Amino acid sequence: MTVALIVEQILNGLQLGTMLFLMASGLTLVFGVMGLINLAHGSFYMAGAFVTATVTATTGNFWLGLLVGVLAAAAIGVIVEFVIMRRLYDRGHLDQVLATFALILIFSEGTYMIFGSSPLFLSVPQELRGSVSLPFDISYSRYRLAIIGMGVLVAIGLYLLISKTRLGMRIRAGENDREMIGALGVDIKTLYTLVFALGAGLAGLAGSTIGALQSVRVGMGEPVLIMAFVVIVIGGIGSIKGALVGALLVGLVDTLGRIFMPLTLVSFMPASQAMSIGSAVSSMLIYIMMATILAFRPHGLFGSK
Amino acid sequence: MKQSIKLGLGLAMAATMTVAQANEVRVGMITTLSGGGAHLGVDVRDGFMLAIEQSGNSDVNVIIRDDAQRPDLANSLASEMMDRENVHVMTGLIWSNLAMAVVPSVTRQGMFYLSPNAGPSDLAGRMCHENYFNVAWQNDALHEAMGQYVRDQGYENPFILAPNYPAGTDALSGFKRYYDGELANEIYTQLGQEDYAAEISQIRASGADSVFYFLPGGMGISFMNQYANSGTDIPVFGPAFSFDEVIVGALGEAAEGVINTSQWAHDLDNDTNRAFVEAFRAEHGRTPTLYASQGYDTAKLLLSALEVAHPEDDPDAFREALRAADFASTRGEFRFASNQHPIQDIYVREIVANGDGGFTNQLIGVAMEDHQDVYGADCGL
Repeated sequence: MTVALIVEQILNGLQLGTMLFLMASGLTLVFGVMGLINLAHGSFYMAGAFVTATVTATTGNFWLGLLVGVLAAAAIGVIVEFVIMRRLYDRGHLDQVLATFALILIFSEGTYMIFGSSPLFLSVPQELRGSVSLPFDISYSRYRLAIIGMGVLVAIGLYLLISKTRLGMRIRAGENDREMIGALGVDIKTLYTLVFALGAGLAGLAGSTIGALQSVRVGMGEPVLIMAFVVIVIGGIGSIKGALVGALLVGLVDTLGRIFMPLTLVSFMPASQAMSIGSAVSSMLIYIMMATILAFRPHGLFGSK
Repeated sequence: MKQSIKLGLGLAMAATMTVAQANEVRVGMITTLSGGGAHLGVDVRDGFMLAIEQSGNSDVNVIIRDDAQRPDLANSLASEMMDRENVHVMTGLIWSNLAMAVVPSVTRQGMFYLSPNAGPSDLAGRMCHENYFNVAWQNDALHEAMGQYVRDQGYENPFILAPNYPAGTDALSGFKRYYDGELANEIYTQLGQEDYAAEISQIRASGADSVFYFLPGGMGISFMNQYANSGTDIPVFGPAFSFDEVIVGALGEAAEGVINTSQWAHDLDNDTNRAFVEAFRAEHGRTPTLYASQGYDTAKLLLSALEVAHPEDDPDAFREALRAADFASTRGEFRFASNQHPIQDIYVREIVANGDGGFTNQLIGVAMEDHQDVYGADCGL
């Protein structure tokens, strides 16, 4: 066990956390402002990745693909909000869960029909290939480092948007009292559409950047969605700060657990057993952490209600 | 009133019941045509149907159903095939867990089953059956051959990894059955895992001289993409399941130089194979995968046995004809061991640029000649 390996794993955890933050911030905003549970959030992630892969393949320019992918995800978000979500705000959570689950199925089958069942090809842009050398003899993937950097920028951007702009003020007001800001003359419908599009765009950004690392295929959004829900439950539903802290916590615990769990077990049991038990336990770690946090803080770390 | 309803129902049933013609052979194909593993089933089906079409044998009637990779659905489809469609022979299953759910009950009822892909160890060993034939391989075969190849090439410190589920543990034990040296490390990842940053860091830190992995489907694409981008240049080895033509297409240059083992290659030099690859490309506009060759060989085996006997009229003669395996395989030489699994050569392929911007598998040698699985000893046939 070298220092380099530990630092690398911490960076890996931060990178996973950054990606989860992009997903969770949209999810938590939509829930906080509109009171809507959106299971179809993973579909925007998938949509962003598919559009980015297609545009990159035709134009050969990853950055253009990324831009179009994010915009397309946001646009799909606007359409979905306009056509379906509007009808769900006044309904109970069960109706919302049913309707958005149906959306997952529709998006998945639709993607099959358009793109077929084989995964699409999307590779890391030329400029970000390979690795960079860091102090302490560490070499780390340039692309993953860029993802961490992008996550920091998005977090700062969201902070400025929510706390310094008029739109952000309305979003905060919407979280506190939906009826009242409507009564004060704020166009609540447009605000909802904007927030939903912002969330969908962030999910699309996550899907597009991660698509280059993983495979762009139907159903890629669902595993991430589950982790994003864990994040917002830990962080406190509706809180952007909670989403950030929760995402980093989940990213670090999941990544470090996968490495150090088997290594700890090896010291007192045979190697092959330690490996299989360790990998089984480490996949439970984030849920154990969620249960523990909820036991002490039922509304999550930064939950208000 | 009641009488007329009964009569009506009876008529309706009679109408839906299919009456077998004198020489007709009904083949039930349950395979995976939707979901993440669909390209395997699609290729098995396309290869199978190509052979049937080429034969011009109009007595063969293939009924195709999609199992969506779900054991429960596969099971109910199998009952439907046997009870309502009156099939004589069944085939098509891709996944071992589905095969374990369907095959034993099918063969117990006297039906013939020809496996074009799944080869779980139980069906090769203690649960083998005289009516079960595997035309592809026992699951361990390609991993065992890779273990042998890695050892033959003089590697001394491979890092091996697979997902934590039965086929994953079988893969690593298959590899270790023929690779008997030191291991840098052996790790099990989560099934369906998409991010391998932690594992790749471990590989780099382990001082391994080679990497062997079995990560089917999307997992393999993610791993290889990230591995290539991490700047790690330790050579990679794997079974053909992780490097079929579809996956190689999705990986692009990330897969260049990877060595993989397969019982078949599209550039394998024999007349049957050349004709098969050409016909498949002409019909479907893509290079066949190993799954397509397995579907094709399965249909060829079936057709060769049908020349001798009909499975319903004379099951014993039909079974003998299957055992003889008297057909021209795309793999060249092909015969069955006593447990009715193949004895065949396992080849080594390398992923190279194909000249027009894409990548493809190229045959570079033989890993094991006349490979036979180790489970036959537990089989009473």
